[in-house]
Amino acid sequence: MRAKQRQVSYARSRWRSMLLLLTIGAAAIALEARVLYVQLVEHDFLQAQGDDRHIRTVQMAAHRGPIVDRRGELLAVSTPVDSIWANPQEFRPALNRITELAAVLDLNVDALTRRITSNTSREFVYLSRHLSPSDAAAVLELQLPGVYSQREYRRYYPAGEVAGHVVGFTDIDDIGQEGLELAFDYWMRGETGSKRVLRDRLGRLIGDVDLIRAPRDGSTLRTSIDLRLQYHAYRELKRAVTENAARSGSVVILDPHTGEVLAMVNQPTFNPNDRGQRVDAEAYRNRVVTDILEPGSAFKPFVIAAALEAGVYQPDSSVDTSPGFVQVGNETFDDPRNLGRITLTTLLARSSNVGAVKLALDLDPRDMWSTLSAFGIGRLTDVGFPGESAGVLNDAEYWRPVGQATHAFGYGLSVTPLQLARAYAAIAADGVLPALTLLADGNAGGGEQIVTPQNAQAILKMLEVVVSPEGSGFRADVENYRIAGKTGTARKSGVGGYSDERHTSVFAGIAPASDPQLVIVVIIDEPQGAAYYGGDVAAPVFSRIANGALRTLAVQPDALEQAPVTIFANAEAHR
Amino acid sequence: MSLGSIDWDRSRSGPLHGPPRFQFSCDTPLLVTLLLVIGLGFIVLYSALGADAGKLMRQGVRFAAAFGAFFVLAQIPPHYLRTWTPWFYTFVLGLLLLVMVNGEIGKGAQRWLNLGFVTMQPSEFMKLAVPMMVAWFMHDRSLPPRLSHLFVMAVIVLVPALMIERQPDLGTALLVVASGGLTILLAGLSVRILAVLGLIGVCAAPLHWVFAMSDYQKARVLTFLNPESDPLGAGYNGIQAKIAIGSGGLFGKGWLNGTQAHLEFLPERSTDFVFAVMAEEFGLLGLLLLLTLYLILVGRGLYIAAQAQDTFTRLLAGTLSLTFFVYVFVNTAMVCGLLPVVGVPLPLVSAGGTSMVTLMAGFGMLAAIGGHRKLLAP
Repeated sequence: MRAKQRQVSYARSRWRSMLLLLTIGAAAIALEARVLYVQLVEHDFLQAQGDDRHIRTVQMAAHRGPIVDRRGELLAVSTPVDSIWANPQEFRPALNRITELAAVLDLNVDALTRRITSNTSREFVYLSRHLSPSDAAAVLELQLPGVYSQREYRRYYPAGEVAGHVVGFTDIDDIGQEGLELAFDYWMRGETGSKRVLRDRLGRLIGDVDLIRAPRDGSTLRTSIDLRLQYHAYRELKRAVTENAARSGSVVILDPHTGEVLAMVNQPTFNPNDRGQRVDAEAYRNRVVTDILEPGSAFKPFVIAAALEAGVYQPDSSVDTSPGFVQVGNETFDDPRNLGRITLTTLLARSSNVGAVKLALDLDPRDMWSTLSAFGIGRLTDVGFPGESAGVLNDAEYWRPVGQATHAFGYGLSVTPLQLARAYAAIAADGVLPALTLLADGNAGGGEQIVTPQNAQAILKMLEVVVSPEGSGFRADVENYRIAGKTGTARKSGVGGYSDERHTSVFAGIAPASDPQLVIVVIIDEPQGAAYYGGDVAAPVFSRIANGALRTLAVQPDALEQAPVTIFANAEAHR
Repeated sequence: MSLGSIDWDRSRSGPLHGPPRFQFSCDTPLLVTLLLVIGLGFIVLYSALGADAGKLMRQGVRFAAAFGAFFVLAQIPPHYLRTWTPWFYTFVLGLLLLVMVNGEIGKGAQRWLNLGFVTMQPSEFMKLAVPMMVAWFMHDRSLPPRLSHLFVMAVIVLVPALMIERQPDLGTALLVVASGGLTILLAGLSVRILAVLGLIGVCAAPLHWVFAMSDYQKARVLTFLNPESDPLGAGYNGIQAKIAIGSGGLFGKGWLNGTQAHLEFLPERSTDFVFAVMAEEFGLLGLLLLLTLYLILVGRGLYIAAQAQDTFTRLLAGTLSLTFFVYVFVNTAMVCGLLPVVGVPLPLVSAGGTSMVTLMAGFGMLAAIGGHRKLLAP
């Protein structure tokens, strides 16, 4: 009995241990099979799932190209800044630390709280933009969840308001909004890059995985502006506008041969570095290209050019202005006094309206129109500046004799200061109307022969007399240089006709007359002082600007009154 | 009837070479394999702890304590163990009561007892006390056990198990039940009773679900059945672990290069989910090495059990080996997604004190049983 029981027990234990080992074996095999399946069969899928969790693609801001003047001086430059942003969903647990954050960001606690709590459905909200990298680092040191920084570039304008109109500005996202920043945005912007990075569960950046596309930095924009001339023109214009209590003013300086714009300033102006300030819209306008004006007598040289080109008059022709007035239709145009028979030179020097009207009325309107149009009147300069105005020059078909007569002394049509400067540049450059540019990219030059060199030179000679002691523009005189130019004083049109009180004071000049290097147009709008004539208000400004510009550029004087002791100027020229 | 039904292979026990009575004793194959597993574990743990040598040092101190327990227990002749068993069981039961009254609360459960200098988890000791108590109860009774004996053993197992389950700590409770149940199984259950128990278990499961399980436990089971149902909540751990294992591939990403672990996607990476860290960094080959070492430990334990000469030591050695296998299996299967997520550490690798000490104490007893067998032989 005992033996049998033992046998049974023994048999049962055999079976039992077999079962046990089988169970262990089965469990081990199941485990191995599972691991094999997950690690080998599902490997790729799970690897991808893992990557989806910790690999992120991030944008890399590209450096916006700087703007420099023709000599390489910085006009606009991008500096790195950091913007702090938050993921409100991740930040919520740390709301109790918001006072710390507000203190470091220098923000109002309530405003900051509202900013986060009212955007809880979003994953991205800016908290503070364009902090200095050290300030941003201080914020990140708080180690708040869901608070991150992002590298951006902020634009600085070293020349400030001096070049504000030309350079323009970018918005907070570094996209050009005005001026050259807008016009050549594509050139300076560059290309945002992207890279793959490793982020941990809390979104912290651990390291770079690989570069998808390197950011391509924007290119440098080298402008034709000469910052020295720009500063000088700015200072003189500001002074003149202040002294004359004028409403506004503009100065533009061109190189008549290359068509390069060397300076372009306006009053009032703004500082592009000051984003916060609310500036009057008036101040944002680059009046040199956007504003149109009736040029008044400063327009007379082009009428003479039309007369010479038509062959109706010769440079030495004369006009009888007696009795000092002329009747056209219902209108009477007069001179301050009867000048009698005068040469074309005197016509300009004394700025005779009667002479100009008589001259104009001797011309076929179509001939006159085509010469004026050739000078670029009523046509865009294509300088590439945003918001440029084309001015107004009606087709000759619509001219009546009165209209043709008023055109003769610069009324009934309008030009921008830049157009006026370009037209003068054609006179300065032997009758070639230059193609204007704001860039110093070596493509300058070229233009259109619009009047014969002889006629252009003849007019230039006449304009020199205007600045002589007996001319209306004698105040434009520059010591040691021969200057050519023309004054203009236009009564401004408004409601109920032309005003007796509001004037535009104009001087357009060429220096030096013997070998023109600069064309400078000065506009002083609505001077409020006793003087308002172009010869009294604008001409002195021209004189000061031309004086400084000629010396800065070391232009060889052509009217030395003493022995040439200009070694210093030459030294400058050789630099 | 004097010999138990786990008398597997007594005929093979070799000739006796009596070593001196109080010679330092420990089972060399066991010790070597243990050192290999622990060494491998340290390498993985260093990575899982974020390459923090300071934290690893603290784990090293725990290992020193655990090895102390191993060597001390390895010297104690098994018959002393048998004598102390009822006292040990009662003592741990008392600690469990203390936990219920005055325990430390952590992670929503009341499991820890603060002794001032160290916090410990008495439920861990139950993993040893229960099989010891069952083995003690059966050692002078005839095998296979009668129905009345079964009832007593069920009480020995279930009382502490239920106390632990109320903490709540389902994982440990199940392991305690498993260890006690294995002892009973080894003591010899008839197929009929086994079948009945199985049936009761199947029937009890839904009742347990409705009346006994807390919400987070239910969530874990539901998540196990459909991990993608709540990927950011209850399913998060499992999914992240699966990604870690799967992205390891055949050779792994290399030591300290596991992205899931080092970028903090994988939770509990130094404790319950350390197996996933290993899988990610050392790949399939690393896992196979570790599992092989584990199986060697289990095999050695079962060999010692087979060589043991009385019911108590045989039952105890068999149970210790098998429960060790169960620990390994439950943890790895959980991390691989074969079982629901229960808070069971990976034996000898996961950071954590009490379970380490318990395990090494268990291996100490195994070594003692293996080492003292010859001395006790007639």
